[in-house]
Amino acid sequence: MNTDPATLRTVLVTDCGSTTTKALLFEKTDAGWRQTHRGEAPTTVEQPVADVTVGALNAFAEVEEVSGRKILAADAAPGGAAPFLETGDDGDRGIDLYLSTSSAGGGLQMTVAGVVRQMSAESAERAALSAGAIVMDAISADDGREDHERIQRLRHLRPDIVLLTGGVDGGSQEHVVEMAETLVAAAPRPRFGDSLRLPVIYAGNGDATDDVRGILEKAAQVAVVDNVRPTLEAENLGPAREAIHEFFLTHVMSHSPGYDKLLQWTPAPVMPTPAAVGDMVRGYAEGSGKPLLCVDIGGATTDVFSVFENRDGEPVFNRTVSANLGMSYSVANVLIEAGAESIGRWLPYEMEAAELRDRLRNKMIRPTSIPQTLEDLWLEQAVCREALRLALAHHRSLAVGLSGVQQQRGIADIFSQTAGRSDLVDMMSLDLVIGSGGVLSHAPDRMAAALMILEGFELQGFTGIAVDSIFMMPHLGVLASVHPEAAREIFLHDCLVNVAHAAVPVFRRQPPAGSVVAEVSVDGRPAGTVKAGRVGRIELEPGAAARIAVKPMAGNIDVGAGAGATLERDITAGLCGLILDGRGRPLRAPASPERRVAERRAVMEELGLAGS
Amino acid sequence: MTQALTPGLQVLAGTVVRKTRELPVPGQTLCERGDAVTPHAVVARAELPGDVTIMRIPESLGIEPFEALKGLKVDEGDVVAEGDVVCEHAGLFGLFRSRLHAPVDGVVEFVARRTGHVGLRLAPHAVELRAYVPGKVVDVDPGKSVTIESRGAFIQGIFGVGGERYGTIRMLDGGPRTVVGTRKIPADAAGQILVGGTRPTFEALERAAEVGAVGMVVGSIDDQALTAYLGYELGMAVTGHEEVPLTVIVTEGFGWLPVAERTHSLLRSLEGRAASLNGATQVRAGAVRPEIIVARDDVEPGAASGRQGAEAGLRVGAAVRIIRAPYFGATAEVVALPPEPRRIETGARTRVLEARLPDGAVVTVPRANVELL
Repeated sequence: MNTDPATLRTVLVTDCGSTTTKALLFEKTDAGWRQTHRGEAPTTVEQPVADVTVGALNAFAEVEEVSGRKILAADAAPGGAAPFLETGDDGDRGIDLYLSTSSAGGGLQMTVAGVVRQMSAESAERAALSAGAIVMDAISADDGREDHERIQRLRHLRPDIVLLTGGVDGGSQEHVVEMAETLVAAAPRPRFGDSLRLPVIYAGNGDATDDVRGILEKAAQVAVVDNVRPTLEAENLGPAREAIHEFFLTHVMSHSPGYDKLLQWTPAPVMPTPAAVGDMVRGYAEGSGKPLLCVDIGGATTDVFSVFENRDGEPVFNRTVSANLGMSYSVANVLIEAGAESIGRWLPYEMEAAELRDRLRNKMIRPTSIPQTLEDLWLEQAVCREALRLALAHHRSLAVGLSGVQQQRGIADIFSQTAGRSDLVDMMSLDLVIGSGGVLSHAPDRMAAALMILEGFELQGFTGIAVDSIFMMPHLGVLASVHPEAAREIFLHDCLVNVAHAAVPVFRRQPPAGSVVAEVSVDGRPAGTVKAGRVGRIELEPGAAARIAVKPMAGNIDVGAGAGATLERDITAGLCGLILDGRGRPLRAPASPERRVAERRAVMEELGLAGS
Repeated sequence: MTQALTPGLQVLAGTVVRKTRELPVPGQTLCERGDAVTPHAVVARAELPGDVTIMRIPESLGIEPFEALKGLKVDEGDVVAEGDVVCEHAGLFGLFRSRLHAPVDGVVEFVARRTGHVGLRLAPHAVELRAYVPGKVVDVDPGKSVTIESRGAFIQGIFGVGGERYGTIRMLDGGPRTVVGTRKIPADAAGQILVGGTRPTFEALERAAEVGAVGMVVGSIDDQALTAYLGYELGMAVTGHEEVPLTVIVTEGFGWLPVAERTHSLLRSLEGRAASLNGATQVRAGAVRPEIIVARDDVEPGAASGRQGAEAGLRVGAAVRIIRAPYFGATAEVVALPPEPRRIETGARTRVLEARLPDGAVVTVPRANVELL
């Protein structure tokens, strides 16, 4: 297969998800690189089929059907050799390259262990997350658990890979050796391949390597890489991340049903889905040079990716996965964590808490059902807001720096370190939010998606809101590993849907309801005002360039340029124009149900949402 | 376009059920192909590695790690009995000898040279697998699994809690719409699987446990009763390992839903028969639904009382259950399957079907929102 960006013209990419295998065809057209066709089929990694290539071939066949392009060879068969036709001279058949990402079977599941929770264990967690893993637990010597509790927990988890860290190079060795003892005592079995020894990556104090290896090799397959925390002041995630990817391919993927063949169909490594999305987010932020937040809210988990500048003005990438927050399988977890009242506050109608709980439980047990009524749709969108709120809070807890100390950086880590133990996520500086996942990407009304993001994340200042049209970011992330320019072109043209911009003044003391807190002009002409306690909208020509100015009406009001300062921004207008939100932060719902419903209806009416 | 999922739930008066009983780790299979087994028969056995106790010798004796290593009386692989001396430290001038004894029987798993710690692995735990269903052994994977075939009725629920149980089916007073309160629970229900109407109260579940019932099958349950019964809020529909006194299987969902008439009448026809039931539910890929299995020789496989599997597919004339508002819980007959997506009330475009409700009204419903009956 061809991996030369100069000659590539047709690339087929799959994302093998837990439920669906989605195949996208990317082609170089006269207008440039475009996503041209797609096909989907149920993923077949589970019993009774237990062969991922069956679902992949079904998805390819659908791409063939809708595109009219012959892709598969006559002898294509599940579990066989690469099933693709090579591209012919006329270019109307076959493909040049096949790539894939995977999160089937629950994705890459890891446990991390360190000595100190807020130091080595936290660095290990960041390394695992940036490699695309779900971190099932972070175990540390100071986590408040007894030995036997840690052992029971490790035994119960059955992770794909364990990352063990602890101690700075040249420092104390005893504690990290004790963590190795705990691991051996638990002797956890890997999730796949009963006869395999658990893969363990040691990325701790280099001086303790021999002792740790000596203990671990009795029960595990050990790989040793550079310390993720060589000194208190530095974090070095690259080597651990690479080792995770290596184990992912050689121990996790290759033992998952059918993947041994799928791996042979592609010349590039199969990437964990979140790692591919992370690479895309990182690449885009690198190009734009502006702070970015991206969320993928799925049925079972919610991933948040961010790139914000640290105190030195350097971009810092972080990813978190809230493994218990989602819109279907995990919807009851959102109910438990947020509470029925918090979900109910977003509804433009009254619903008894018991009824709300039963409805969400029914979604939990029938996750593929979809809302048919507006009331049901609003309930799911209310859940989405709470899931976004909780996922962002989780993200902020990990997107922090290293105990406020100066750090050293390597070229490989330019986007993967954190600086100064402070909240890196600065919502006032945020330039763009990208929402992904069915509830956002497939919201029947784009404005509804914008409102979910605006309210779930409680955006502040001036922020662009976009959605991923068909959850294409995993495919583009893996494409970027071969042809970054093509990936970026498709990302901007076909993936990113520019929905709206939001202007949200922030003030310490709530001004009188209805009073003007900011004036907005478009291309130098007055276009509207932001009123306290109200939401409004300025329509703009979608796709047109516009110069927006937001002028606060008092010195204590911040619209994103600093207290009292006018913000000016050149934008490309989104489909839904400019949203003006004068409700202040944090958002609060009235205690009275009647007033709450009236407020919700007023917001929807102002924004032209259905049913208002 | 991906097909909407219409998996439905199986409600079969007569079928062949195969259950593969798989050991968590390699062990011993205890039966052979062709053997007849009862539900309680042990068909396979394995040993899970025992826990490891870490003996922190330096900390316990107040000595340095090198001193602990010097005084060790055991080595890796040694078998030790409770009370055996593991380490002996000669104090100042050999006068104050201190010893550390093994707290349990075990095998020395490791000696950590850096810390002076010793890991003692305890005896393995035995795991026994029972047949769960009565029937004939049709396949044995030596040391790994045994497959048992049973003929009889097979009924799936939508959700359950609690693991495998075996008991006698008993219908509670009232019909599918009757709320199961404490007064509905008979005092002589020990060993029985109680089939009720709907929405059992927490007190009724407690009462059923008190009298020794092993299971309950109902149309629906409400969130609050379930939470009270479990003692915690369930976050995901992955169940089967709850430590609850009786297994509860819900056939329709949460809220106020009667047991479907078809399910109720089949269970009524099975009253007095012994049944295996399991509340284990896993909604994610590779879905597992709770089940009731009644072995019987008097019905041929294929006897109609429900659908024959998802492969039957949606077709005009098919009976379906609607699983989402505004018709949640209703049964209906498919009257049309428009091929093109249509816009529904939410504004979304999706594939739909038209179905006739029992009152004759024809309604439009997303295909994703029905289950085949």
